[in-house]
Amino acid sequence: MANEIAVKNFYQQSTNKHTGILSWLLTKDHKRIGLMYMMAIMSFFVVGMIIGLLMRLELIAPGRTIMNAQTYNTLFTLHGVIMIFLFIIPGLPAIFGNFFLPIQIGAADVAFPRLNLLSWYIYMIGATLVIVSLFLPGGPIDTGWTFYIPYSIRSTTNVSMALFAAFVLGFSSILTGINFITTVHRLRAPGMGFFKMPLFVWATYATAWIQIIATPVIAITILLVIIERAFGVGIFDPALGGDPILFQHMFWIYSHPAVYIMILPAMGVVSEIIPTFSRRTIFGYKQIAYSSLAIAFIGYLVWAHHMFSSGMSDTARWIFSLLTFIVALPSGVKIFNWVATMYKGSIDPQPPFLWVMNFIFLFSIGGLTGLVLGSLATDIHLTDTYFVVAHFHYVMFGGTGTIFFAALHYWFPKMFGRMYNMKFARIAVVLYFIGFNMLYFPKFIMGYMGMPRRYYDYLPQFTPYQRISTIGSWILVGTIFFIFGYLIHALRKGKKATSNPWGGVTMEWHIPSPPPLENFKTIPTVTHEPYDFSQLKEMKNE
Amino acid sequence: MGFGPTTHTDSVDFVMLYIVAISVVLLLGITATMIYFVFKFNRKKGHAPVDIHGNILLEVVWIVIPTLLVLSMFYFGYSSFRELRDIPANPYTVKVTARMWQFSFEYKNGKKADTLYVPVNTGIDLEMQSMDVNHAFYIPAFRIKEDILYGKTTHLYFTPKIVGDYDVACAEYCGLNHSAMYTKVKVLPDSSFYKWLERPGVPLTKIQTNN
Repeated sequence: MANEIAVKNFYQQSTNKHTGILSWLLTKDHKRIGLMYMMAIMSFFVVGMIIGLLMRLELIAPGRTIMNAQTYNTLFTLHGVIMIFLFIIPGLPAIFGNFFLPIQIGAADVAFPRLNLLSWYIYMIGATLVIVSLFLPGGPIDTGWTFYIPYSIRSTTNVSMALFAAFVLGFSSILTGINFITTVHRLRAPGMGFFKMPLFVWATYATAWIQIIATPVIAITILLVIIERAFGVGIFDPALGGDPILFQHMFWIYSHPAVYIMILPAMGVVSEIIPTFSRRTIFGYKQIAYSSLAIAFIGYLVWAHHMFSSGMSDTARWIFSLLTFIVALPSGVKIFNWVATMYKGSIDPQPPFLWVMNFIFLFSIGGLTGLVLGSLATDIHLTDTYFVVAHFHYVMFGGTGTIFFAALHYWFPKMFGRMYNMKFARIAVVLYFIGFNMLYFPKFIMGYMGMPRRYYDYLPQFTPYQRISTIGSWILVGTIFFIFGYLIHALRKGKKATSNPWGGVTMEWHIPSPPPLENFKTIPTVTHEPYDFSQLKEMKNE
Repeated sequence: MGFGPTTHTDSVDFVMLYIVAISVVLLLGITATMIYFVFKFNRKKGHAPVDIHGNILLEVVWIVIPTLLVLSMFYFGYSSFRELRDIPANPYTVKVTARMWQFSFEYKNGKKADTLYVPVNTGIDLEMQSMDVNHAFYIPAFRIKEDILYGKTTHLYFTPKIVGDYDVACAEYCGLNHSAMYTKVKVLPDSSFYKWLERPGVPLTKIQTNN
């Protein structure tokens, strides 16, 4: 502790000679870059959330409420594009991966710090292009985030511009992936073998491979659509002799693995938080690590389950249905191992742990309803209905989104050196749970009743469910602003955090909060397993 | 057996119930165990934590049992889906044309309509084509849906058992008025159906050959 006062933290010390804003914009420090991502990504999250709130408000009653159909179609497209490409894909890896992956493996930075900064700039350019596409003549894109052909060829809105933005964003993702893989292979501290790495590193590593291998497919697909729109070359458009199903295949060859880009890092965070607050080693370390790789691999082979009603051959339908059931298994393995990790622990249900409990419940619902959609007969009925909307919000928002808040509450003291109000944080978990289920659970029921998705208007029998859902959206959004409120307050007024407020044992808890610029005084030598809590006694003396 | 408007409705509902029942048991099991552990092994109770690195037997159990469960789900889902491919003998064919943003139907005798009239207890074959972008023909009550594409004919088969009106929705996003692309299937008793179909200028024999 005494040393902490002497050491300057990364806010006080810069990698360049500049001060103020330039010391951030030209930084090579992975922690500062992580925080710059955080600023940008959370801003887009708020924008996406407000769009969602407006859509829910429109749907509070049948017919026109606050906007016309074209505006609604634009909003659900933007909600998808912003939430997927600007929030949830980069969210955990770019913020928490950047900040904590190097620290957790005992490195001073990522392998390519300049490339890391470039990735942030590419992300910002992509995001700017999305925003510019809203205001150019032609109007904001209205195709849905899936950009299905032929509608995306016919639409007169700024489809090409928005697609190009996604193309640019893809490069940010690829470069971050390359950086993380190299970092994990080359910069592990002495003694840190692959099986001594924290599971968040394993998950981020598996994710990075998907980012590198799958993202080029969407890049190619997007270029082909832009070429088709600009020059009338028949690739996907049936009117020009192209094949619209080919587009769907190519789109989902990326976009299904992308789902695992979104969820795997979240699973890694869960594997960090549960041992820390149970104060015992993780149950089934290797199974959890390997299941990340299994998900990354099998995740490539299930894309066409998005297309069971699209006129694909029956053979393709049953094969993809079978593979979809197989990919559910490694996620199940993870959940069982997490719950088993609580067994005979010493559990202190602090806010980050409560967020994880929230996650296990919501994500299980998301995963289990995925089985309903993997099964052919039920999928034919439920695809393109609210059931799918509910399912992927439970997986993506209930899964990754919930863990985004878990990670924020878990690492906040380390990143900012301050504690937040624990009582507020506990209240927020409960309100979030209520709001979330009110918002999304009625959509399962509406879906089974036959409410198609992407509908501006609906039949009268859906009104009560739509209303509950809209009220839920107010509770959820209110809660999220409440969270931002007490966290921002904590940044300035929070109690100073110690270097290890939760009693964690992975590398980041061995160094001061906030960490110094070089992370470690000297690169440490690793002798313990990642979740060996016998270290806690020695750590008190560090 | 069953109460749905088609046999397939009952079979899809069975698959749904089967998967949901197993899911609810799993969800409640996981949640209850987790909450029980949080109380039982709470730090306030002062137990020393025990490091358990894993258990191969447990890992095998919770990979094998879920595998068997999901394979059974796959099987039920697949066999119910297969029913959609049992094309009814001598189906009554109706041509469906989808365009932004309406469906239209054409019968063998040349009669056109914007509502789908069909006779009860007869196998129906919808021969579907799109004039522009992707659409999907979705009858929630019958639990069936298939995309309608430009330049490619897709089919949907069903055999309604109960006379009545059922909603039809477009389920593939198709632009501005996608949410207004609704129509109905009106399932009529044979006699009323042929009375509707029969209209001045259409010889009766032409209709009877379809029956």
